Amino acid sequence: MSDMFTGYIDAVRHKDRVFDFIQPMDNPKLNVDKGCILYLEDVSVSFDGFKAINDLNLYINEGELRCIIGPNGAGKTTMMDIITGKTRPDTGSVYFGQNINLLNMDEPEIAESGIGRKFQKPTVFEELSVFENLELAMAGNKSVVGTLLAKLSGEQLDLIDETLTLIGLKDESIKRAGSLSHGQKQWLEIGMLIMQKPRLLLVDEPVAGMTHQEMDRTAELLISLEGKHSVVVVEHDMDFVRSIARTVTVLHQGSVLAEGSMDEVQNNPKVKEVYLGE
Amino acid sequence: MISSIQTDNNVVFDKATKIFLGVLAALTFLVIICNTMFEAGSALYIPTYTVTLLGKYLTFALLAVAVDLIWGYLGILSLGHGAFFALGGYAMGMYLMRQIGDRGVYGDPVLPDFMVFLNWSELPWFWHGFDQFWFAALMVVVAPGVLAFVFGWLAFRSRVTGVYLSIITQALTFALMLAFYRNEMGFGGNNGLTDFKDILGFDLQSDVTRLTLFGLSALALACGYIACRFIVTSKLGRLAMAIRDAESRTRFIGYKVENFKLWIWTFSAALAGIAGALYVPQVGIINPNEFSPLNSIELVVWVALGGRATLYGAVVGAIFVNYAKTYFTGVLPEVWLFALGGLFVVTTIFLPKGVAGLMARKEAAA
Repeated sequence: MSDMFTGYIDAVRHKDRVFDFIQPMDNPKLNVDKGCILYLEDVSVSFDGFKAINDLNLYINEGELRCIIGPNGAGKTTMMDIITGKTRPDTGSVYFGQNINLLNMDEPEIAESGIGRKFQKPTVFEELSVFENLELAMAGNKSVVGTLLAKLSGEQLDLIDETLTLIGLKDESIKRAGSLSHGQKQWLEIGMLIMQKPRLLLVDEPVAGMTHQEMDRTAELLISLEGKHSVVVVEHDMDFVRSIARTVTVLHQGSVLAEGSMDEVQNNPKVKEVYLGE
Repeated sequence: MISSIQTDNNVVFDKATKIFLGVLAALTFLVIICNTMFEAGSALYIPTYTVTLLGKYLTFALLAVAVDLIWGYLGILSLGHGAFFALGGYAMGMYLMRQIGDRGVYGDPVLPDFMVFLNWSELPWFWHGFDQFWFAALMVVVAPGVLAFVFGWLAFRSRVTGVYLSIITQALTFALMLAFYRNEMGFGGNNGLTDFKDILGFDLQSDVTRLTLFGLSALALACGYIACRFIVTSKLGRLAMAIRDAESRTRFIGYKVENFKLWIWTFSAALAGIAGALYVPQVGIINPNEFSPLNSIELVVWVALGGRATLYGAVVGAIFVNYAKTYFTGVLPEVWLFALGGLFVVTTIFLPKGVAGLMARKEAAA
């Protein structure tokens, strides 16, 4: 009798768990008590026998601006794919904060939980205006009905306005995104990232194909994000990395080869051997 | 000023929409007046036969608008939208069959002629309710809607896109055609449903009913057009274009792309169903040929020719191609398919944005 009773109480308490095979979505609030926002532990993934990521261990601190370098094929982009849910690792665990298991989530869920990604090749929505690109990226209701009936509030307009100023595209706001220069597209993409209000930004080769002035602008932009957001930058351009990096991680053949300040890393004999070619 | 950014893109009734609705209303009234006010033999008289033909074009135009919504704005090339049109048509056809009552050749008060002919003794379960207009009207939207929902749910969740999706939609309409050809399905086999007598008590052969159906088709086109405008000018519409141009990017911003595709797709199918329901009473027959893959392909040609992602382009394309079809099949029937193919080739090469693109170019030059 009492068993039945507790069973009943249990069922009432867990109205959301009627059937064992349907569990409510595991999307708790991000917990960064330990000061660490991203954990990749013992992650491996192989494509047709080629080990793209091999026993990778990587930790990113809250508010940190981290640069990741490495020769072609070191697994930099694959690593980003794993974090954002595009690729599933064969083994290992990936946690966002202490408590969010990214391996159980798909791309939109991961994006909504607070991880934004900028791709190697700038992908903005070419047919839409700069303003509309930012509008779509904005954090908020992303359901079907929500978007059908969405109206921009004054606050949201201000936010878009601020971001336009930050990325230096205020005068271009009604231009088609497709008509922007390469560098401007990269900034727009970073702007779209900011609109998502992510806790962690993954930025893949932000200065590829940029002029020196544009590079300096981008460096300023990324440094201004540090503190408010954690930023992970994957980049080839050494001058650029030197200009922004506090901590540099060197990837090689899918795992971490060295980690430290730019000078430490550059003087590391192993790094010299595989990467700097000396 | 940031608020001045709200350009024409975000207004439901922009200049093109106002012109379109104005022209549609004016022509509709003109046709009604020419049909009723003038006597046969007058130069201005439009015979009822022509009115019905125009009504048919208008239902095709609505179908084209539905296709433009998902192809032009969302990037899904459906080669099976004729299936949703036909399902809507069948729902209406079933109602019209039940309305015949005992006036059929065999005089059975309940069973349609083809069932008596097949020696069926009672009405199949799915024919129940179709004696009520409201139920049939509901089914006009629900039948294609549910099929589109199930199909879309499976296809979009599995991330089937591009040409693969187009091929599956083609297979869908082909499979339905084969199924509806079977007598055992209970939809009249290859003869389909025909010999309709009246709708809501009004004689389908009378001029007034035909004129009303024509007017309703124009109204449905206007409403469907406005609904689509509402969608494409909302944030949902901009998101649809984002999905069309960079689907995976949209996912990384945090949108569940498959849900958005699913709902717009289903809405488009329901719209196609309404077009089909208005088509059937005007042409007086619905048979499995409407499911023919060729129909769905032709329909894509209308939209391509008129110009994608403009909505009015789809209307212009649908009416123009169908007028040409009526003309050619009357004068030079063997030439028609060549003409259609030629039109498509010329459009693709010289007018990638269709007739609508040509107009926009002229406007830009002026």
